[in-house]
Parts: sequence; structure tokens; C-alpha cells
Amino acid sequence: MKRSLPFVISTAALLLLATAGIAAGPGPDAGGGSLSGVVKFQGTAPMPMRIQMAADPACSKSHASPVMSEEVVTDGSGGLANVVVYVSDGLGDKTFDAPMQPAVLEQKGCVYEPHVLAMRAGQTLKVVNDDSTTHNIHPTPANNREWNKSQPPGLTIEETFARQEVSVPVKCNVHPWMKSYVAVVKSPYFAVSAKNGSFEIKDLPAGTYTIQAWHEKLGTKSQQVTIGANESKKVEFDFR
Amino acid sequence: MRFRTLIPRVLGLLLLACSVASAQESHIGDLTGHANRGKALYERYCIFCHGTHGDGRGESAAYLDPKPRDFTQATYKCRSTPTGTLPLDSDLYDTITRGVHASGMPSWNPLTRQQRADLVAYIKTFSSRFTEEKPGAPIPIPAEPPTTPESVQRGADLFQSMNCWQCHGKEGRGNGPSAVSLTDTKGYPITPFDFTSGPRFKCGNSDTELFRDLVTGLDGTPMPSFTDALKPDQIWDLVHFVKTLAKGNTVQAVQSTPKGNQ
Repeated sequence: MKRSLPFVISTAALLLLATAGIAAGPGPDAGGGSLSGVVKFQGTAPMPMRIQMAADPACSKSHASPVMSEEVVTDGSGGLANVVVYVSDGLGDKTFDAPMQPAVLEQKGCVYEPHVLAMRAGQTLKVVNDDSTTHNIHPTPANNREWNKSQPPGLTIEETFARQEVSVPVKCNVHPWMKSYVAVVKSPYFAVSAKNGSFEIKDLPAGTYTIQAWHEKLGTKSQQVTIGANESKKVEFDFR
Repeated sequence: MRFRTLIPRVLGLLLLACSVASAQESHIGDLTGHANRGKALYERYCIFCHGTHGDGRGESAAYLDPKPRDFTQATYKCRSTPTGTLPLDSDLYDTITRGVHASGMPSWNPLTRQQRADLVAYIKTFSSRFTEEKPGAPIPIPAEPPTTPESVQRGADLFQSMNCWQCHGKEGRGNGPSAVSLTDTKGYPITPFDFTSGPRFKCGNSDTELFRDLVTGLDGTPMPSFTDALKPDQIWDLVHFVKTLAKGNTVQAVQSTPKGNQ
């Protein structure tokens, strides 16, 4: 079994690259590529529904203007917000340590901020209540532990989700209009689309990946992407 | 030589067998329940509602409200452990013994203690969580202060400020503004407890059990845990208050009822 010199060199180089990637772990990855793009909504988006909060005056009083549901949020020119874009396959059995700083979910005016939160498996989820009324915070996961805690004004609750799950519905049973989603991802390679539908996943090591885009109402889309070292790749996801 | 390499393997197999066996056992006080014996009992007494696969989809399930428990989720209402954690074997045993008030689940006190322990062991086999996780640490319950008009008043204030009334209603009739929106984790409509219906509760009628329900929450339902939200004294105040909501109950008549049978 004699192998050609170029083959040996390229294999060695690949191995080196791979070990460098593992050693660097999450965070800025030398030679990492960037994956960015836009999530679009094709067609006419449904009209947002007005949320009625009269059942709890503490909620309705905190808003001067009507509050709309955030199920489908578009920017008027095709951009679709609140889509979780993440690497669902292609990282092999690489593992990543969860970051020390918590992901924060706020309750403000009886609305969750952000409406869709993406965080890491094992990372601390810090739930803040900025309202003058008592909420309960109740995630109903399929692949993680279900818990349900009462949260009076000022109390902060910290919990974690151990396993990847895109996405865990979170609700407040006291105020039934309150709903949000927490996307729990095991790698650091994810993003949530902004109001104009744009997203960016940085420092992605060179490789071929399955990228999934998840929306709470419109479902999941996925595509294969091959990204080289230092490459900036653009992708687009279309929902309808 | 061959024999030597065999020893660790046999030992490993034995260890594996032991761990599997312990996963199929239950321990309640001096009782040890066995899943293989529980299976026969389950198929005789439980299968019609809870189903062959323990998923709560037995033949009678369609006619029941609330729905029979889905054992494959390992999410249990009546626990002594924190929200999000597995119950103790004794919690499951107590539920089988007591039954669940205002549901289709009767008291299985007519079965022997051993039979109930065997059932607990079998029910646990429907979820792999019981082999992967340990039950939560039971929440300690401090001594109950006396019920006084003041403690009832403080409880009434908490019933308001903690938004209990949003689901249970201002008079505790289970008809608060959010009541109609409520579902259990599986999406079935669920009614908040009507405190005026009488002094019987889902997970036991004693003050201690009510205290425990408020601290642990009823997992799988919209009822949250108040463990971080309230101090033990405040939880006792709430217990004292909600007991006054039952018809005919006055502050003086509110007494701790003894914890059911064994």
C-alpha cells in the first residue's frame, strides 16, 4: 500500500485542521467560515392578532398601544423574524462546554422578551420578571424535564435544559396569551433571524453541514452547506 | 487462562443484571416491590385506563376527564420532590393507595401493601427516566403554625397577589379568567380545582399534603411550584386560607385531617 506524497500531505493537513478545531472549541475559531443570509416569507403574511390583556390590569396598564401576537413577524419586505437557524448535523461527535454567562428571558408588560430565545444545552436560563404581577414560568419540553414555577415580581429563576431541543414551548398559565420558545442547541453554531430576516453564524469550522431553520408556525426547512476555511457563505431560507 | 478472562465478564454481567433488577424494583419503607409481579396486577386492574403500553390510552381513556396518567412521560402530579424531578417510590405508592380525588382513579387500598409496591415497580418500567435519573430530594415540611384569623387573612392576600384567582377564581370556584384556556401538558383541557367542592383534594386532604402540593406544584398541569416564590410561613397561610373556601368551613372548623390509611 503505497500512497502518493500529495495525499499524505493533504491528509496530515486535514488532521491538523481538525485537531485545531477541537482544541479551539467554541468561540472564535481561527480559519472559521461565516454563514449568513436571510429568512424570507413568500406571499402575504397573516395579519397579527391583537392580544387582549384586560384579565390582568397590571398587564394592560403597562402598554400605551395595542400589543400584537408575535406568531409570524415580518418586516413588510419579505424578511421573516424569529427563525432559529442552527447546525443540526455535520459536527460529528464534537462536544462543546456551555458558556458561563446565562441566557436571559424577560417578562415585560406580560410579554416574553425575546419571543424566541436560542441558548446552549447546559447553559443557565435566567428568567426575569420585570412586571408588577405574578407569572408562572412553564416550559413543556418533549426531550427535557418539564418544570413549572410561580414567579412573583422581582424574583429571578435559574434553570437549565440538558439536551438539544428546537424548540421548547414556554408559557405562563396565569396569562394565557404569553407564549415563547426556547431553542436549546448543543453546539455554539446557531442564530435567530432579526426583524428583517437576516442571520449570521460565525466561526464555523470548514466542513459540510446540515443547516436547519425552524419557525414556530411555519415548520422546519433544511439545506446542506459546504463551507471552506475563511469563507463567507450566503444562504437563503424560504417559508410560505 | 481462559477462565481468568471469563471472571470479569461474568462479574460484569452479574452487575448489569443487578442494576436491571433494581430498576425493576420499588422500595417503600420495609417493602420491596417487583415489576414482574406488578405486571400481572397491572394487566388485571390498571390496563383498561392506562393502556397496554402505560401511555394512558387504555380502552376507557376516551371517556375519562381528566385523562389517565401517561407513565411513559414519568411526569407525576403528586410528589414530595421538586418540580421537574422524579417522584419517590413512596409518592407513587401513596397515590395508588389514596386514589386521585375528582378523577377516575379510585383508591387501591383493597390491594395488599405488597401488591401496591409491586405495581409501583412495574409502572416505573414504562419510562427509561427511572433508570437514568434519581428521584428529587424530598422537600422538607416545617411544623404547621396554628390557624388564626390573621393567618387566613394573610393567605387571602396571597391568593390575590400570587394570581391564584386568575385560574381558581376570586371565590375559589375554579372559574377564574384564565380557567378556560388551561390544558395539561398533553394538550387536553384541564379545570382548575374548585375549592368550594369540599375538603377533599387531589393529592391528599391533610394540611401537610396541601403544603407539599404548593411547594412541589402538580407537574404535567398548569399548577406551578411556589418553592422560590414564597416562604414556608406564607405557604402555611395559603393552606389555611384555601381550606376556608370549602362550603360550610369556618376558620374554627379548619383542622388538619389525619393522613389517610396505609
